[in-house]
Amino acid sequence: MIRLAFTIAAGVLLGLVVHLVSVLALPKIASEDAYSRLTPLTKLNAVTQLPLADPANTLMPYLDPAFAEAICRYDLLTGPIKLKVPVSQAYTSVSFYTRNELAYYAINDRSAGKKVIELDLMTEAQHEDLPEDEDVTAADRLIIDSPTATGLIVIKALAPEPGLMAQAQTSLAASSCSVQADQPKQPEPQRPQARR
Amino acid sequence: MLALCIAAIVGVGTTWTTTTRGTEIGTLTIGAWTARPRTGTADIDPYSRATITRNGELPIGTGDGVAFTARADDRKRQLDGRCDVVVSGVTPPARFWTLTLYDSKGHLVANSLQRYGFTSEEIIRSADGSFEIHIASRARAGNWLPTGGIERYALMLRLYDTPVGVATRSKRDAPMPAIATVGCS
Repeated sequence: MIRLAFTIAAGVLLGLVVHLVSVLALPKIASEDAYSRLTPLTKLNAVTQLPLADPANTLMPYLDPAFAEAICRYDLLTGPIKLKVPVSQAYTSVSFYTRNELAYYAINDRSAGKKVIELDLMTEAQHEDLPEDEDVTAADRLIIDSPTATGLIVIKALAPEPGLMAQAQTSLAASSCSVQADQPKQPEPQRPQARR
Repeated sequence: MLALCIAAIVGVGTTWTTTTRGTEIGTLTIGAWTARPRTGTADIDPYSRATITRNGELPIGTGDGVAFTARADDRKRQLDGRCDVVVSGVTPPARFWTLTLYDSKGHLVANSLQRYGFTSEEIIRSADGSFEIHIASRARAGNWLPTGGIERYALMLRLYDTPVGVATRSKRDAPMPAIATVGCS
């Protein structure tokens, strides 16, 4: 009897360990996560507009149908990323996610305070390698450190009413996300990405 | 052997239920609405992380906004697409908000109007700024949100560019609209 109780107690304890390990491991092993779902649809280090949210679009759950959305799937191995997003009339936001969907940074048009949200995304190592004087001269340059080398940038523009959706999409089409040129002082002119 | 079996059942079972139903960790509940403001930050709890990756979601970032979900009305009655439900009142301060209706898997519900929700700009308000949204399978006057007659649905109220977030505690900071089931056909 005591042995049985011991066995059950040991089982429950082990079960808790299994539970903790599986919860902590899930973000690493999940194969249907947002990044994996978006990989076949999106270009690397470029902006891709997502199809509009509608009942037939079951790409990701809980998409906001009032928004036009675009994704920049990034890999910082080849160098830092420069992101330019012209703000739309209503509301524009840029959110950054790691490879495992951790939302580490988000900014909206008002907090950016400019007509164009301009950001440099780099790994912490790349940030440390920046010459110091450059950091100072470009005081209004916004630098974001990505915790992982790969990840997702989600660019969203609000259509306050359905008739304004085309306008929101056009505004997103003018945004760009590309690997920075080798010499950051003479950046290559950015070409707006073609609309899908 | 028995110990191992129990271990497997307890372990996988609790993981499955917690990532499917969610946990109370870091939850902000106001009326029928719940939000997890920390899911939009690097301080997200491991359960929410597991849920998010498992479902393939991208949580709304804190600098962007916050999302409140309701699956039941103020009397804890599950939201039923065959009933008339009224969402009324005011929303917390935000530059924009959107209210969207989803099925239990988080997908939009097809309807002939192609209306899946409202934004703060298109809603019809009364003189004092409050609003009433009628959620029903058949057309209603005013702000009508069609349910397509599905049995269970969830409402998501997203606030964009809002002071509501990790520091919000109560209804005083964030007055959420009331949800009432007024009748079933």
